Amino acid sequence: MVLQWPKYVFLILTVLFVTYSIHIYSLPEGISKNYHPALAAEGRLVWQKYNCQSCHQLFGLGGYLGPDLSNVYSAKGKGPVYINAFTRSGSGQMPAFNPDPNEMNALLEFLKSVDDCGVASPAHFKVKPDGMISNPG
Amino acid sequence: MEKSNAGKWFYLLALVMLLAALVFGVLAALSYSSQGLWKESLGFIKLRPLHVSSALFWILTGANGIVFFALQAMGLKLFSPVLARVQWLLWVVAMAGIFYSYFSGDFGGREYWEYPPVWSVFIFMAWVLLAINFFMSTGSFHQRPVYFWMWSTGIIFFLLIFLENYLWIFPSFREHFLQDTTIQWKVNGSLVGCWNQMIYGTAMFLMEKISGDKTTARSPLAFSMYFLGLFNLMFNWSHHIYTLPTAEYVRYIGYIVSMTEWIILLRIIYTWKAAVSTAKKHLHYYPYRFLLAADAWVFLNLFLALLMSVPAINLYTHGTHFTVAHAMGTTIGINSMLLLAAGFEFSGLKVPGQNKTIRAAFIMVQVSLLLFWIVLIAAGVYKANWQMNHPEISHTQMMQSLRPVFVVFTLAGLVLMFSLGSIAFYLFKKMTGPGQHLSTFPA
Ligand code: HEC
Ligand code: HEM
Repeated sequence: MVLQWPKYVFLILTVLFVTYSIHIYSLPEGISKNYHPALAAEGRLVWQKYNCQSCHQLFGLGGYLGPDLSNVYSAKGKGPVYINAFTRSGSGQMPAFNPDPNEMNALLEFLKSVDDCGVASPAHFKVKPDGMISNPG
Repeated sequence: MEKSNAGKWFYLLALVMLLAALVFGVLAALSYSSQGLWKESLGFIKLRPLHVSSALFWILTGANGIVFFALQAMGLKLFSPVLARVQWLLWVVAMAGIFYSYFSGDFGGREYWEYPPVWSVFIFMAWVLLAINFFMSTGSFHQRPVYFWMWSTGIIFFLLIFLENYLWIFPSFREHFLQDTTIQWKVNGSLVGCWNQMIYGTAMFLMEKISGDKTTARSPLAFSMYFLGLFNLMFNWSHHIYTLPTAEYVRYIGYIVSMTEWIILLRIIYTWKAAVSTAKKHLHYYPYRFLLAADAWVFLNLFLALLMSVPAINLYTHGTHFTVAHAMGTTIGINSMLLLAAGFEFSGLKVPGQNKTIRAAFIMVQVSLLLFWIVLIAAGVYKANWQMNHPEISHTQMMQSLRPVFVVFTLAGLVLMFSLGSIAFYLFKKMTGPGQHLSTFPA
C-alpha cells in the first residue's frame, strides 16, 4: 500500500520553508547608522581571513579557546586602540597577527557593528515565565 | 558483470577522513590544554579547522558511501559509474585544496567551512553529480519507502542550503551583523539536518534489512517521524541564536519547533525493547551493536539538546563546552556509530562476533566517549557559572582553572582516537584486502 498524503505534506512544508526563508532575508534587522555598512562588510572578511572565529565568539558563536569579543569595542578600558595592540602582539595562546592598516581599519569597523547590536553577556538577560528570554534594555 | 563499488570508494575516503579527524582532534586538544603549543606554526588556529573539516568530511563522504551501498544492496543499478568516478575525484581535489589551505594558513571561510570558498565549488559540483546519479538510479521517490524520502530530502536540501551557505560572498549580505549571523546559523542548522536525513535513512534501511520487517518503513508512523525531522530541519534553527537580538517571534518559532522533538525522545523510550527483540543479532553482530550504541547516544544527546533548546537554559549553556559536548556527542555518538554500522553491514565482510580486537575497541569507544562527553559538560557547567555570576574573574583565569578538566578531556580523546581509530583501520584494511575489486573503480 502506498500512502498518498506524504507528498502533500512535503509540498506544504517546502512552501512554508521557502516563504519563511525569504522573510528572514528581508528582515530589516540590525540596520543602524552608527557604523559604515560597506566597511563593516569588508571587516567581516578580515575576521574570516585571519580565522579569529576559531578561538573567539561573537554572541556566543565561534570557538571556545579565547574570550567572546562581541562588546570588546565598547568595553571599559578596551576599545579600538586596545584591540589593535592586542591583535598585533598576541598573548598566551593567541598568536600575533599582522594585518595591514586598511584591514585593521575594516576589522575595527566590523567589531563596532557587532557591538552596536547590543549586549551579548548572558548575565544581562531576563527570563520570562514561559522559558523565553528577553534582551537587556 | 561486476557489481558497482562506488559505495566502497566513498566509504574508504570517509575512513581516511575519520582517521585524520581523530589525529587532528587529539593534537587540537593538546594545544588547547597546553600554553600555546606550536602556536606560531601549526597551533590551534589551524588544528581546529583541520579537525572540524575532517570530521565533517568523514560524515559527508560517509553518507555518500552508505547511500551508494544501500542502492546496491537493493539491487538498483547505478545510473552512471562515470559520474560516480568524477564525483569522487571532485571530493579528493576539494579535500586536497582545503587541507593545503589550512596548512599554509590560508583561511577565508566561516565556522566549519573555514577554507577559501573556491573549494566549495568542487564540493557543490560533486553534490550535483550525486543528485543526478541518485535520482536517475532510483526514479521517482514518492511511491517508495520512507528511507528514499529521507535520502532524497537530504541530497536536494543540501544542494540548496549549501548555496545559501555562501550568500555572504555578496557584500550586501554582510553589511549587518545581525542579519548575516541569523542567516549563517539558519544555514548551519539546516545543513546538519540534511546529512542526518541521509544517515538516518540508511539506518532505517539497515534495520529493515536486519529485522526482515518490510512494513515499518512504509507505515504512517514512519512518515510522521520523517516529517517531524524535516519540520525541525526547516524551522528549529533559531535555537542556535537565542542571544542574538533578533525579532522575538523568530526565537519563539525555533523554541516551539524544537520542543516537538520530545515526541521522538518519548518514542525511543517506548519502542526500545521492541527494537532489541526483532533484530537478528547474531547474523549482523557488529551492525546491530553499532545501531544499538547509536540508539543510546541519541537518547543522551537528544535529552541534552532539548534542554539546551529552552531559551532560559540555553542562556547558561550557550557559548560554553555544553555546545562542544552536544556537537561531538552527536557527530561521534550518533552519526559515526550509524556510519560504522552501515560499513560493517554493507562491506559484506563476515566479521565474527568473537573478534576480540573489535569487541574490545567497541567497548573502549563507548566508555571513552562517555567520559569525554561528561568532562565537556563539566567544563560547560563551570563556564556557565562563570559567565553568569563572576564578571570579576577574567576569561584567561577561568580557562586556567579548567586546565585539569582539559587534561582529562585530552586523555579520554586519546583513548577514543586509538579505539575508534583501530575500528576504522580494521574496516579500511578489510575493504582493501584480497578479492575486494577495487581496481575497477567505480564500476
Ligand atoms: C589560537 C586562538 C586565537 C586566535 C586565532 C585569535 N585569538 Fe584573540 N585571544 C585568544 C586568547 C586565548 C585570548 C586571551 C589571551 C589572554 O588573556 O592572555 C585572546 C584575546 C584577545 C583579545 C583581548 C580580549 C579582551 O577582552 O581583553 C582581543 C581583542 C583579541 N584576542 C582579538 C583577536 C583578533 C582580532 C583575532 C583575529 C585576527 C584573534 N584574536 C585571533 C586566542 C586567539
Ligand atoms: C569521530 C570523531 C570526532 C568527531 C566527529 C568530532 C567532531 C567535532 C566537531 C563537530 C567539533 C566542533 C564543535 C563545536 O564547534 O561546537 C569538534 C571540536 C573539537 N574536537 Fe572533535 N570530534 C571527534 C573526535 C575528537 C577527538 C578524539 C578529540 C581529542 C580530544 C577531539 C577534540 C576536539 C577539540 C579540542 C575541539 C575544539 C573545541 C573548541 O573549539 O573548544 N575531537 N569536534
